[in-house]
Amino acid sequence: MDQALIIEKGIFIVAVFAITMLMAMYSTLAERKIAAWLQDRIGPNRAGKGGILQPLADGLKLFAKEEFFPNTPNKFLFVVGPAISMSMALMTSAVIPWGDRLEIFGRTVILQATDIDVALLYVFGVLSVSVYGIMIGGWASNNKFSLMSAMRASSQMISYEVAMGLSIIALLMMTGTLSLREIAAQQHGMDWNVFYQPVGFLIFLVCSFAETNRTPFDLAECEAELIGGYHTEYSSMKMGFYLFAEYASMFISSTILVVLYFGGYNYPGMDWVEANWGVNPANIIGIAVLFAKLCFFIFFYMWVRWTVPRFRYDQLMRLGWKTLIPLAIANIIITGVVILLADNA
Amino acid sequence: MITTLFYILSAITLATAFLTILSKNPIHSAIYLVLCFFSIAGHYLMFNAQFLAIVHIIVYSGAIMILMLFTIMLMNLNKEDEKNKSVLSRIAAVVSFCLVALVLLATFIKAEPQMSRYYASGEDYQSIKVLGQVLLNDYMVPFEFASVLLLVSMIGAVLLSKKEYING
Amino acid sequence: MSIETISLSGRKKEVSNKKMNFWESLYLVAIVKGLFITIRHLFTRKVTIKYPEQTRELSPVYRGQHMLMRDEEGRERCTACGLCALSCPAEAITMTAEERKPEEKHLYREEKYASVYEINMLRCIFCGLCEEACPKQAIYLTKSQVMVKSSGKREDFIFGKDKLVMPLDMAIKNTQTKAAN
Repeated sequence: MDQALIIEKGIFIVAVFAITMLMAMYSTLAERKIAAWLQDRIGPNRAGKGGILQPLADGLKLFAKEEFFPNTPNKFLFVVGPAISMSMALMTSAVIPWGDRLEIFGRTVILQATDIDVALLYVFGVLSVSVYGIMIGGWASNNKFSLMSAMRASSQMISYEVAMGLSIIALLMMTGTLSLREIAAQQHGMDWNVFYQPVGFLIFLVCSFAETNRTPFDLAECEAELIGGYHTEYSSMKMGFYLFAEYASMFISSTILVVLYFGGYNYPGMDWVEANWGVNPANIIGIAVLFAKLCFFIFFYMWVRWTVPRFRYDQLMRLGWKTLIPLAIANIIITGVVILLADNA
Repeated sequence: MITTLFYILSAITLATAFLTILSKNPIHSAIYLVLCFFSIAGHYLMFNAQFLAIVHIIVYSGAIMILMLFTIMLMNLNKEDEKNKSVLSRIAAVVSFCLVALVLLATFIKAEPQMSRYYASGEDYQSIKVLGQVLLNDYMVPFEFASVLLLVSMIGAVLLSKKEYING
Repeated sequence: MSIETISLSGRKKEVSNKKMNFWESLYLVAIVKGLFITIRHLFTRKVTIKYPEQTRELSPVYRGQHMLMRDEEGRERCTACGLCALSCPAEAITMTAEERKPEEKHLYREEKYASVYEINMLRCIFCGLCEEACPKQAIYLTKSQVMVKSSGKREDFIFGKDKLVMPLDMAIKNTQTKAAN
């Protein structure tokens, strides 16, 4: 492997990591701001200009909190829980195509950490492993309430993984590839998958709400009815890691949504820009477009949070198993029939 | 470098496998088993079998072990509850394990790698496209049998959970 | 019209437990409607008052920090009779009386005045009974129109005459407006 490639990838990975962390940090501020705006309030505006330093203040506050350990025989697993949650939330960004390519110093830099053949399966693998963070954390708390909430949260995630996988299969039948880079490249211009797979998109959207434990599926953190969920016993930055992982995974899952269904870095007229202004400006606009799209989805997550009330647990399970899964299977069948007809015609 | 990586991975695999059996706490055994599965996925990756590695993680670590953990956690197994198995059942377990190992060894010794023609063509035979074609062209019947088996077990599970309604 | 269907506000809705069909059980239409309601609030005027910079307009009868009044000539009205302290249900008021010297005639209206007048704002419940009790109309809660500020020390809440007596310029202004009328 040549050295330049290693340096290039190294820089790229660090940049992606930093951007993910920054976006997660500012998602916490955005959450509070948008919550306030939707409730006719102003929101935090004291730390820095317009509250711009609020995430730092929040982080500092979490660090300053007392580090509490419950009376548990598994201190190690108690620490491992939030660590798994956080690292799994960050791992997915490795396969996301942030843009097509840039030309720097005569090198063509591909804006993706790694273009593996099974990128989409990798995303699902990471998702399924992230359940362990919740389960181990809840179990190691040595608290029955935490254990029950960990069960609840993880069975929710497992149930919605099924519908999510099924909704993706219809998309895969269309694209014929598992590589996110190819899926993004196929949606050139305005040829976005959401126009062909609206039902699949809806199912995927609902499932990603459930996977990130966001309202209306945030049974993990309704303090009033369900005692704080699996992180009841957590305090200080360990608690912060769980919360932060939620925001990081929100950022990542909206990126995947955009790449899969909303064309990723593609925008109408990109050929014209590339022909007239060159490759680099066209791709920098592409990255900006990707971020604009995913910021909309982050906003959408927050918008829904202040619109839809929390589901009861049985409603949640009924929605997952009796509505979304049959819908996803029907979507697969219809997609298959349409593809067959289109191929024969 | 690859050799050292292999040794490290093998050490992890063996250590976690032994710890799975030896640790008294059932949750700890389950977690060691998960780690063991991960290291096995690492072995697959060293063969450049990306699809197999990822599917192994999704199916074994992501689904089966989580359900196992569910049952262990909900049953709340403790050290005190664990009963010592009788000598007969221990011997039976050892014998059946040896038989399975024998069968597996025999298969692997007999088996020949089928990738020579891909070697010749220079194609990436681990890629998901080739794998799909092989599965659905050459091995169509076993593949369908496997899916029918899964369907049957699924229906069986549903039937078991609905038992009361059928009888009453 | 039976009692079940009567609606005084005209907005009564019957709770219906009708079985939802498949399309309704997806809640899609309901959620989209809800989203439009919430997004409208993004653009409405915010009702927050940024407190230390902006203050809320208090009603004319708002009972805030007490004020020891001055008369038209700027003299303190209080004669240290102690009726306010007596009437105070929280026992927040203490005072020390003193006799007025001849050269202090321009400072105090009555022959006896309060040399020390303290209100413990931690005890005060802002009920206004001192105001009712005062025979000289010397203490008012409605005139200052300020709230008692918070603090970290208990000593800061014992307000002496320096904080309670009406500022002189305010008394001058009152006299001027009265003269103009």
